[in-house]
Amino acid sequence: MSAHGHAAELTHEHAVGTTKLFAKVWVWLLLLTAVEVFLAYERLEVHLMITILVGLSLIKAALIMSYFMHLRFERLGLFLLLVPAMVFCICMMLIMFFPDSIRLMNLRPH
Amino acid sequence: MSEAEYEGIVESPWSGGASPFAINSKKLGMWLFIISDSLTFSALLISYAYVRLETPDWPRPFEIWPAIAKSSLMTLVLLSSSLTMVLGVNAAFNGDRKKTVRYLIATILCGIAFVVIHATEWVTLFGEGVTPRTNPWHPFVPLFGGTFFGLTGLHMLHVTIGVIYLAVIAWGFGKGKYTAEHVEVSGLYWHFVDLVWMFIFPMVYLLSVNPK
Repeated sequence: MSAHGHAAELTHEHAVGTTKLFAKVWVWLLLLTAVEVFLAYERLEVHLMITILVGLSLIKAALIMSYFMHLRFERLGLFLLLVPAMVFCICMMLIMFFPDSIRLMNLRPH
Repeated sequence: MSEAEYEGIVESPWSGGASPFAINSKKLGMWLFIISDSLTFSALLISYAYVRLETPDWPRPFEIWPAIAKSSLMTLVLLSSSLTMVLGVNAAFNGDRKKTVRYLIATILCGIAFVVIHATEWVTLFGEGVTPRTNPWHPFVPLFGGTFFGLTGLHMLHVTIGVIYLAVIAWGFGKGKYTAEHVEVSGLYWHFVDLVWMFIFPMVYLLSVNPK
């Protein structure tokens, strides 16, 4: 049992963040979503639209990960273990994606 | 915690006491699962973008009413469920079992609401002839069904599994079988499901608004 006790001491066994903080993050997420829906309603040009949407989605993902998923309250080491590896893998997929898709898009008969 | 205090806890290098991330193994395991699952969804979203770019006349079938309104409501429901979940985790760490279970039940209800609204939306699409294998458009776009139902279906599966997972955690935590850490780890999963929707909603719905 002592090993378990030690493990418990090493982890933070207390609440992080307040109700007010989480409510604030929630309101921000809703506002960003409202902006996205408004842009869809305005029917922006697709290239501009996708750039803005990906940007806003990344901000929303960062908010969820840092506050709701507590990543901001963890050690820096955990962030360094998880996020760079994920970003690297996604970049590897995009290396496959961009050259081929742009080439094929231009090959397409108009 | 300082390094000196840290040393005192570890009796020998083999005792397994050193914890570089200062989190329990369940939480690390869930984080690693989340990272690998995020790559599954990234691959699906990127392949969706790819086939969409390569297909001339990719359909943009969604009207503001009802499809976009419905999916916006689903986003609201899912974001709110994330708020109740994080408050539930806080209540669990504060040792308030009753409040935690109440917040978890609110989260589960939001999750069920999400699945139900999503299902009605699917049924509407089926009624219009848009199914995984067929669609009514000319020229026929065979890849639309695969990408749309594949992406939203896999996400819906995650929500359904999350609802079951949270129900088990709520039941066990109410009975005192589980600790606050179990609640926190299930919360990580739930927030991840919410996070994925933050990409699927704009990429699949908002970029497919009928331009007319």
